[in-house]
Amino acid sequence: MQIRDGKPTREAYGKAMLELAANDSNIYVVDCDIGKSCKTVPFSQQFPNQHVNVGIAEQNALGVGAGLATTGKIPFVTTYAVFGSMRMLEQIRQEVCYPQLNVKIACSHGGFTPANDGASHQGIEDIGIFRTIPNMTIVAPADYESAFELVKAAAKYDGPVYLRFTRDAVPSIYKSDDKFEIGKAVELNKGSDVTIICTGDILSKGVLATQQLEKEGISVKLLDMHTVKPLDKEAVLKAIKETKAIVTVEDHNIINGLGSAVAEVVAETGGCKFKRIGIQDQFGESAPYEHLLAKNGITVENIVDTCKKML
Amino acid sequence: MRQNNSVEFLKEKAIEVRTTILTMIHEAKSGHPGGSLSSADILAALYFDELNIRANDPKWEDRDRFVLSKGHACPVLYSCLALKEYFPYEEIHTLRKEGSILQGHPDMKRCPGIDISTGSLGQGLSVAVGMALAAKRDNKDYRVFCVVGDGESNEGQIWEAIETASKYELNNLVIILDQNRLQNDNICDVVMPSRDMVKKFEAFGCETLEIDGHKMEEITDAFDKIRDTKTNKPFAIVAHTTKGRGVSFMEDVVAWHGVAPNDEEYEIAIKEVKGGLVCK
Ligand SMILES: Cc1ncc(C[n+]2csc(CCOP(=O)(O)OP(=O)(O)O)c2C)c(N)n1
Ligand SMILES: [Mg+2]
Repeated sequence: MQIRDGKPTREAYGKAMLELAANDSNIYVVDCDIGKSCKTVPFSQQFPNQHVNVGIAEQNALGVGAGLATTGKIPFVTTYAVFGSMRMLEQIRQEVCYPQLNVKIACSHGGFTPANDGASHQGIEDIGIFRTIPNMTIVAPADYESAFELVKAAAKYDGPVYLRFTRDAVPSIYKSDDKFEIGKAVELNKGSDVTIICTGDILSKGVLATQQLEKEGISVKLLDMHTVKPLDKEAVLKAIKETKAIVTVEDHNIINGLGSAVAEVVAETGGCKFKRIGIQDQFGESAPYEHLLAKNGITVENIVDTCKKML
Repeated sequence: MRQNNSVEFLKEKAIEVRTTILTMIHEAKSGHPGGSLSSADILAALYFDELNIRANDPKWEDRDRFVLSKGHACPVLYSCLALKEYFPYEEIHTLRKEGSILQGHPDMKRCPGIDISTGSLGQGLSVAVGMALAAKRDNKDYRVFCVVGDGESNEGQIWEAIETASKYELNNLVIILDQNRLQNDNICDVVMPSRDMVKKFEAFGCETLEIDGHKMEEITDAFDKIRDTKTNKPFAIVAHTTKGRGVSFMEDVVAWHGVAPNDEEYEIAIKEVKGGLVCK
């Protein structure tokens, strides 16, 4: 468990798509005039026959993707989290989730990662929105390495998947040969006092908090819940059994994200002490990523404090 | 005509389609007769002649696709599928009932012959575009037909889809506008005037035809012409229709958009429909 400088996970998406398309002519990208920012330009150049750009028309992009999927293609409809989870939401419900078509919604700019762009571009509600749609799978990779693998796993998975990527660079935690399974949490550290469960770009904060707590003699179980839906309930139940408290951390609104999903399991099983760390039901602004997170208590110090207070 | 059918045969089929529509909506005590009846002649021409499909192999890869973008009119589609024996005709008695393959709006997972689930207006045409694009990319020669409502065309997504069809030169796509001049709340000109739809389709890059959507000869002629036209544009047919066509008291009446006929109304309606359409 070592943190290194990393890259934006949207770059892993662009690279994984090249590898996928090289091996499967059914892999398609449907772009909405933000291929440059979503890192699909090399794909469009190398695989023009598997690429579609419908312009700034997200609702239509989704429908075109659904139509392609009915013929056996595996389209990745590509945009930002805000537009993917809201502008094309009802289309996703009607034309992808209801008929269970094999369409992936691949979105950059998850959470506060488009920090300078301001609130209009910060997708902080996406996970909550998609949690309520039947048949949807939600995957938020933590770093470049896991994003690369999880994109490939999503392509293999038959059904709707929402993929959430980061605009800006995030620290790397995994090695390039680590393996990931959709729906299965990764245990990065074993522990018996407290469990920290993270999803997406803030996993590195979970890692640093774990290292800090362990230095202070507290034994921490750290989980990367890259798949928020279907949630790995087994992993949560094990955490309830093996440790005395759970803290969830996410770069997403505090309502209906990872914390809520874990809370449902904790509450319905009689549970354990439990706290959520996430965006405090407020919009962001143009500001450095770390400041935005700090304003919402998404810091290593707060994770450490929250864990200690519960023990 | 694509197959060796006669116009008379298709007119007969249209009568069977209309009686089936009325029967299923009457028995379900709910549904949308107006927009189903206005599309009946178009769908009869498609399902009994123009579409290259196999009822015994609904998912045949090379089949023509059909998208009913105005999904609320599904009784007309279900009637065609039932008459083509995609499923036993008796299923029509289960429309909108619990567990039925004939959901209130088309469900491709339940009902054989449905190429995409619809019901939320404005979305089906984009899906049709995706299907047509796939045919082009795969060098397949199947075509995609999509019926759109005039009220439905208020949706901006319809125009996004047409632009995409033009950009990718989808000359294997045929958009059919069921221009019955009525929508849910009122006549289209009151709710949202859409002006000259022929000009709009043309401006958006479509090879556009204008027909009477109840004259079988005009419908089949349009399909013939489309098959014979060499162009790289998508096709649009603006079909002038009458909502509720075939049942005198339903024709052109906004109120018959989404209500079922009672027993008495049903009997009169069936009698009228069995007489066939009187076209001026
Ligand atoms: C997005 C959406 N908005 C509203 C409705 C409700 N609705 C069902 S039918 C209809 C009117 C449709 O009019 P038109 O497209 O002209 O159909 P037709 O006249 O052929 O029945 C409306 C508003 C819907 N199904 N989908
Ligand atoms: Mg209408």
